[in-house]
Amino acid sequence: MNETMASKAYLPAGTITAEWRDFLALTKPRVMTLVVFTGLCGLLAAPQSIHPVLGFTTVLCIALGAGAAGALNQWYEADIDAVMRRTAGRPLPAGRMDRQSALHFGVGLGAFSVILLGLAVNLLSAAILAASILFYVLIYTVWLKRRTPQNIVIGGAAGAFPPLIGWAAATGRIEVLPVLLFALVFLWTPPHFWSLSLFVRSDYAAAGVPMMSVVAGPKATRTQVFLYTLPMVAVAMAPWALGLTGAIYGVSALGLNAIFLLFAAQVAVSREIDPAAMKVERRLFAYSILYLFALFGVLVADRMIG
Amino acid sequence: MNPDDKLSDSEIRRRQHSRATAMALVLGALVILFFAISIVKMS
Repeated sequence: MNETMASKAYLPAGTITAEWRDFLALTKPRVMTLVVFTGLCGLLAAPQSIHPVLGFTTVLCIALGAGAAGALNQWYEADIDAVMRRTAGRPLPAGRMDRQSALHFGVGLGAFSVILLGLAVNLLSAAILAASILFYVLIYTVWLKRRTPQNIVIGGAAGAFPPLIGWAAATGRIEVLPVLLFALVFLWTPPHFWSLSLFVRSDYAAAGVPMMSVVAGPKATRTQVFLYTLPMVAVAMAPWALGLTGAIYGVSALGLNAIFLLFAAQVAVSREIDPAAMKVERRLFAYSILYLFALFGVLVADRMIG
Repeated sequence: MNPDDKLSDSEIRRRQHSRATAMALVLGALVILFFAISIVKMS
């Protein structure tokens, strides 16, 4: 008997061997950044102020809720993640964590975030947070992702909830502006993910995920990227057009949207098929992240200064 | 094969210790947060 077998023999069954870093990785910290930022912007853009401690608690709960959704997503998708280069190194497919630990961690974190938000802030924001976690896990991950190329269109709603949660935490109600912010993130998701799917198409195909680029092909995906950009731009300009924001937001949004439209048009007319040479697609994907950060940042600046 | 099958007992104990330390820090932070929330709610 070798040393490893001998030393493992007296460990209780079900001993958790994962590092704490693996639990952190389970929460998809990079995705969480954008979610936390849009939630914070929803909070800061609201007309009523909130006590800093409760504001911090709100943002913390949004982060924990997003982390819980990410953990449950990885728990369910371990088989898909294992065959995709981009995700093969995650704790579950890499074998650094058992699935039960991931499930318990995700459920516990999600329940804790909703209960804390409900008790500390208000029930409306907690209800929206619960809906967003359930939507991401049940509607997107379990139901849509493996069944339809429209998966990220509908599933994108899950990532669009944080501005609503932030606003609801500060005001206790839902108004036009946070609904527009929800719609903006919702419509931003298809061009963002489909530009990514163009240059990681083989990964999705290998995993059997029916992404638009796999099912309908690159040409149709490029067209869809551009078509979804049009209503996104309209919604992004709506807060200014409706008089909900001032010139700072209006002028900035005009510039940011013009660049987005230009990059989306370049993706639409591109005929590149080699993923390594897809420069305009990578540029749109990278810019889409900057775009959302910048637009929400400008919105908050406008509401606070204006 | 699961990579954890190759872990030595000392490595598993090290990971348990680091997880316990991380958990202690999280719980400590939550105690402070709950105290702050209580003060805000009572004021």
